[in-house]
Amino acid sequence: MFSNRSGFWPAVPALILLFAFFLFPVVRMLGFSVEAGTLDWYAKALGEGLYIRVLWNTFEIALLVTLFCLLLGYPLGFLMATTTPFWATMGFIFVLLPLWTSVLVRTYAWMVLLGRNGVFNRTLMEAGITTDPIPLLHNFTGVLIGMVHVLLPYMVLPIYGAVRKVDPAIPAAAAGLGASNWRIFWRIWLPLTLNGVFAGCVLVFILSLGFYITPALLGGGRVIMIAVLIEQQVREALNWPFAAALSAVLLVATFLVYTLAQRFSQPEQAR
Amino acid sequence: MKGAHMSRRLLMASCALIYFFLMLPLLVVFPISLSSAPYMQFPPPGFSWQWYERYLDDPQWIDATWRSLYIGAATSVFALALGVPLAFALVRGKFFGRTLLDRVALAPIIVPHIIFAVAVYGLFAKLKLIGTWYGLVVGHTVLALPFVVLVIAAGLRDFDRSLEQAAEGLGASRWQTLRRVTLPLLRPSLVSAGLLAFISSFDEVVVALFLAGANMTLPKKMFDNIMMEIDPTIAAVSVIQILLVSVVLVLIGRFGRGLSGSAR
Amino acid sequence: MASSEGSAELSIEGVGKRFGDVVALDRVSLKVAQGELLTILGPSGSGKTTLLKVVAGFETPDGGTVKVGGTDISALPPAKRDIGMVFQNYALFPHLSVKTNVAFPLEIRNVAKPEIDRRVSEALAMVELVGYEARLPRQLSGGQQQRVALARAIVFNPRLLLLDEPFGALDRKLRETMQLEVRRLQRRLGLTTIFITHDQEEALVLSDRIAVMNKGTIQQIATTTEIYEHPANDFVADFVGESNIFHGTISASGTVALDGGGSVTVASDKPAGAKVGVLMRPERFGTAGTNLFNGEVIESVYLGTSFKLRLAVEGGRELLVRQPARGALPAAGSRVTVGIEPDAIHVF
Repeated sequence: MFSNRSGFWPAVPALILLFAFFLFPVVRMLGFSVEAGTLDWYAKALGEGLYIRVLWNTFEIALLVTLFCLLLGYPLGFLMATTTPFWATMGFIFVLLPLWTSVLVRTYAWMVLLGRNGVFNRTLMEAGITTDPIPLLHNFTGVLIGMVHVLLPYMVLPIYGAVRKVDPAIPAAAAGLGASNWRIFWRIWLPLTLNGVFAGCVLVFILSLGFYITPALLGGGRVIMIAVLIEQQVREALNWPFAAALSAVLLVATFLVYTLAQRFSQPEQAR
Repeated sequence: MKGAHMSRRLLMASCALIYFFLMLPLLVVFPISLSSAPYMQFPPPGFSWQWYERYLDDPQWIDATWRSLYIGAATSVFALALGVPLAFALVRGKFFGRTLLDRVALAPIIVPHIIFAVAVYGLFAKLKLIGTWYGLVVGHTVLALPFVVLVIAAGLRDFDRSLEQAAEGLGASRWQTLRRVTLPLLRPSLVSAGLLAFISSFDEVVVALFLAGANMTLPKKMFDNIMMEIDPTIAAVSVIQILLVSVVLVLIGRFGRGLSGSAR
Repeated sequence: MASSEGSAELSIEGVGKRFGDVVALDRVSLKVAQGELLTILGPSGSGKTTLLKVVAGFETPDGGTVKVGGTDISALPPAKRDIGMVFQNYALFPHLSVKTNVAFPLEIRNVAKPEIDRRVSEALAMVELVGYEARLPRQLSGGQQQRVALARAIVFNPRLLLLDEPFGALDRKLRETMQLEVRRLQRRLGLTTIFITHDQEEALVLSDRIAVMNKGTIQQIATTTEIYEHPANDFVADFVGESNIFHGTISASGTVALDGGGSVTVASDKPAGAKVGVLMRPERFGTAGTNLFNGEVIESVYLGTSFKLRLAVEGGRELLVRQPARGALPAAGSRVTVGIEPDAIHVF
């Protein structure tokens, strides 16, 4: 396993598992989409207005989630990477703890927070700021908030990594030369951390596309994202071919984004 | 430098808010779980252990918890058993198709969860594996594999190979070197990878929704519960889960090693 | 315990190795006698480390054989070659104590526990680290770690000892102490040893013989005196010690006509008309002699026990001269006359 040998054999058991229980089932299922050799289901998935709206919704939500995660995540990643080790560790805890807490727990907590009688609304009403509860649950807004919360750590970590890699002497030099904070951020930090920003955005976007739990629970059946649709088709409508066609569309979209990301990400090099 | 101070203060203030946003859901479940009201109510009128008692008294909840625990443990074992050799092959092997293998190993992360869940459901329904705990272990192991590979590969890349050469020169066979030098020194990565695999399985919902059938894992039971009613028992279970994750994080901090370098 | 019974002679014959286009070793042959310490001296890239790896078994040569005590070990994996090795970065197992580190090769060989304890104690006594058994490597200084590495390399009675620039990471004084310790240990055990270094002073201190390597070939193998006083070519002459090297043609009357003008009287039996190199060591110059050079001081340095002067002499040449520190240091720009006897000049 150490010297110049091929060293392939150790990989075999894992490969068998991946082929038999990952590649095979997925390919098999996608195969259902081409029922009787026709692409009818694809026509339905990509043609019918209802389903186009689902695809569009999904895409829109993913984009918005990514945007908000970026706006909230960059400051976090930046601060964590430029502060003392103690605070950085604290910051990590506050990012990792939500990250590793079950999606279900987090989503449930948002249901508690955002419901008509939920924490948020009750607090506002008790304080006299509003008289009627604001609809924050079982709608677009709820799903957005929930997803941003769940995916924020995935944006923070790559950005943190990218900020760490920047030699602190560079912005210090810029400051010494008289550049304002805003300028330093815009002309120095941002360009140098673009790789991390990009990685985070791609990750969050891809994850959003295929998200199930949060839209299912926080959407209350009214916000249909593609993953929710796929589940419905399998469990309720028992329409495997259609579910498979939808899956294929989702998969292609994911791969497209992933490949584009690889293509456009700049290699890490000294500038 | 007043400007710098101000910007920094502003940054810290906004981050404080964002952190609050991140932690808010986790914090909220604590008081709810201790509420004395018979239904969901905020703010809770009084203090009570009733929801925790409900959880502990309900055999279904306990069963589900227990099932999640041993499925998680089994997943951890298998993910390590398969993932560690795979990581070795990917980092140290020189063979045709290594980059391809790398992609395949990480594929379960890239392919959307729901697609994998549905696909495996389709296959396992045919194989009559729905409702079995080992079916779930297989599904979870596939999902945990990439994480194990990432952590172990990172540990291997930082590994000082001259130690292995020294061991060989002193007469140790490949196996002896592996057993006495390589693996002991990789222990932090192994611990992290194992715990990561465990938690990913313990928390996993989507695949469990499809594969668990009547024999529910904890997340599946929670999901069903949430869909049917917002029972504060869930809040109690959530608190327990958060505490479990905290313990795991502490363990990793003490005994494990993450993807980054040594300083953490 | 470790003794000369286990050690053997090493014979490397025609070993070659290339990495892609680069020839790391070009049919190298050498022999190390039983109990001898041979130093392989050369700059980085000369192939010395590759040669060591071939002997140890970490690289497979493209051709040639390696024999220990007459047996061909070329096909054996490193684990079976019974060779003790000391690396520059010590390579101590960080998770094991000093004692367990040293005991490692004995445990691998299934030696009985009481025997292990005895031999580990002996080895640690030899490197003067008794009492450190329970420490971890990170609790030791660089020199101590290197000594543990040494103990570990000899505890199992290897037939050969290989040291790969082991003292590179130590400071000067420590390096000198360790050099003497290694020498002492090696002599006491009578262990056949190969020592790799790029530091020619180190080579001169330690070795029975030196093999100077460059670009994958052995330029010269000889005793330390031979290498210093009678180097075989330009490279060896320049690499070992300070030197003044010129080239010219030797004549029948015992003089060498230097390229670029001028001549020196030498004592050499090379045939007339041969193209030769001429080596004059800086410390062999006196104030007078058969060959005289008059020059202007470009640079002069006071070194405590000696002066080091760089002179510009006739023919546009520079001469490096060392003189015992007597009187005032000649100033830059002053004129100085130095002389050297024919038998102090080495012709190659």
